[in-house]
Amino acid sequence: MANTKTSVSKQSSSSPDSGPDAYIQMYRKMAGIRLFEERVNDLYTRALMPGLAHLYIGEEAVAVGICSTLRSDDYITSTHRGHGHCLAKGAAPDRMFAELLGKEAGYCRGKGGSMHIADPDTGNLGANAIVGGSTGIATGAAFSAKRLGNGRVSVCFFGEGALGQGVLYESMNLAQLWKLPVIYVCENNTYNEYTHYSETTAGDVLGRPRAFGILAERVDGQDVRAVHAAAQRLVDRARAGEGPAFLLCDTYRYRGHHVGDVSREYYRSKQEEQKWMSERDPIGLFSDWLIAEHRATAAQLQSISAEIQSAMDAAVQFALSAPYPDPSEVQQDVYA
Amino acid sequence: MSTPEMKSVMEPAAAQRELTLGEAIKEALAEEMRRDPRIVIMGEDVAEAGTVFKVLSGLSAEFGTDRVIDTPISEAGFTGLAIGAAMTGLRPVVDIMFGDFIALVMDQMANQAAKVHYMSGGKWKVPLVMRTTLGASRRSAAQHSQSLHAWFSHVPGLKVVLPSTPFDAKGLMKSAIRDDNPVIFFEDKMMYKLKGNVPAEDYAIPLGVADIKRSGDDITLVATSSMVQVALGAAKMLEDAGISAEVVDPRTTWPLDEETLVESVKKTSRAIVIDEGYARYGVTAELASVIAEGAFHYLDQPVKRIGAMHVPIPFSPPLEDVTVPTEQMVFEAARGMCRRS
Repeated sequence: MANTKTSVSKQSSSSPDSGPDAYIQMYRKMAGIRLFEERVNDLYTRALMPGLAHLYIGEEAVAVGICSTLRSDDYITSTHRGHGHCLAKGAAPDRMFAELLGKEAGYCRGKGGSMHIADPDTGNLGANAIVGGSTGIATGAAFSAKRLGNGRVSVCFFGEGALGQGVLYESMNLAQLWKLPVIYVCENNTYNEYTHYSETTAGDVLGRPRAFGILAERVDGQDVRAVHAAAQRLVDRARAGEGPAFLLCDTYRYRGHHVGDVSREYYRSKQEEQKWMSERDPIGLFSDWLIAEHRATAAQLQSISAEIQSAMDAAVQFALSAPYPDPSEVQQDVYA
Repeated sequence: MSTPEMKSVMEPAAAQRELTLGEAIKEALAEEMRRDPRIVIMGEDVAEAGTVFKVLSGLSAEFGTDRVIDTPISEAGFTGLAIGAAMTGLRPVVDIMFGDFIALVMDQMANQAAKVHYMSGGKWKVPLVMRTTLGASRRSAAQHSQSLHAWFSHVPGLKVVLPSTPFDAKGLMKSAIRDDNPVIFFEDKMMYKLKGNVPAEDYAIPLGVADIKRSGDDITLVATSSMVQVALGAAKMLEDAGISAEVVDPRTTWPLDEETLVESVKKTSRAIVIDEGYARYGVTAELASVIAEGAFHYLDQPVKRIGAMHVPIPFSPPLEDVTVPTEQMVFEAARGMCRRS
């Protein structure tokens, strides 16, 4: 099948629209996601956040590499580990924090919380707490885009845990049959909750989309430039009407399955975590490259981080001081 | 109960016209598709085949196979796709051939479609209609005969429609299509050939308005979908026995017109609820509870429920036939209640 050829992207060359400003913008987004998530963890440990959250720390290059290729009116669906996707697609940290704290000013007026951020203004169809639950929705958005001829593409983010749910395969079959502009982005962060993916996933992951004739590629999910370059090709191709694609991104979840999963030795070693953090950190790798290539100085990057730190302080403060919804709103928006 | 806007079409018009229930549904779909290009139909064998029940015959010829779309046998996949399409500018009508197959779409309907609007703080909408079937007696055995509308009625965010006449089917389908929420439209597959008056003009019956199919004073028979004809048959038998039965059809299990049910029972003081779903934890339980709570002091005796027997639907005709409520069962139950008091 001609359209199933593999390309394992390594260190990519920069794509035409990734000039110096675009790279700095990508750095800013990645650093922003990390700092956002660190604040989330802090809010949790200080008992200021209701419920739990699933942190994206370690996986920032995937969301940023992909979303930096999208138009603001392109669609995404996100996951329970979705803060990174939402921020990369353009969500504002203050309203994100407000949603995480269950406040009226949140993206969903406090009704969704950490796992369900949705925002039509940035094309975010919503984060989903059923791991394969959004594959149909993302495919349907691509169906609309094709039918309405608006040139949009749809990106379906999901973790490797969703490879176990059948609706993904039903959706991919439909997408390829109808040549829909949807990109399935599988973030393999190595663990399905507390179980190594090799214990749950038979055969070759890329063989699954390829069985449908879907173009499937694998990329180093810690290398934002590689993710960006691969995504750009697949998004351009989908936008040109050439159909769906599948991008497998190898990455690693630095923290626990959720913020409360702090004793992890029974399913993975501290050495393994340390190795990823010291050798494969997406932000570290990218900042080293930016400095080595003279696209930024260490001082510039530090100043960006400091700038984001103070913006996050303000965003957290906004959320903490924002009012809760009135209990009378509980029955609002059950029906449109 | 008729709303003012419907009065004109309810009254016998000069050009009386009969359609079957299946034809009435198709006419509503065709009229809406002519009006609104965002409407697409998807499902298994909906295009040239016009569904296994032939309800959609001819629609693909008029609207093309890019609006009447055959899907793979992937209920969860195409329902999920339709939800995403509904959120992004289309108004899909999906066809789930047999109501039993809603088990395959439960995550998409209960966790996705029903929750999208609420979870997004009212920002995303899912204007989706799911057509499916209910009803036993076709000798189709346990996986093609159930009446599972209670499942969807249980989930906030969904609306559930149960037409019992061709007239209602057309008007309710129009409202379902024009609604901005996910609406599940259950059709009794044994009633597709039922004939009745259907005005040629455009009319919509609002969701959440019950209809009194027959007025009476001694007992209220609340009946849904396939059981409305059963209740009307029983009412005729009761009339011959000197008992005046009122037949109330809620037409939608959600939203539910509680007032019409309660007011009828306040008048008659007795009630039987008849529904082809399983009685246990089912629609009959909910409707009986609404009546008991709303008309307790008017009741002569407890509300009685009649539903499908609590067994998987068997294949063999003499076995299957005893699982479904009949006119005789309703008649005897009603006569017993009216005698006792």
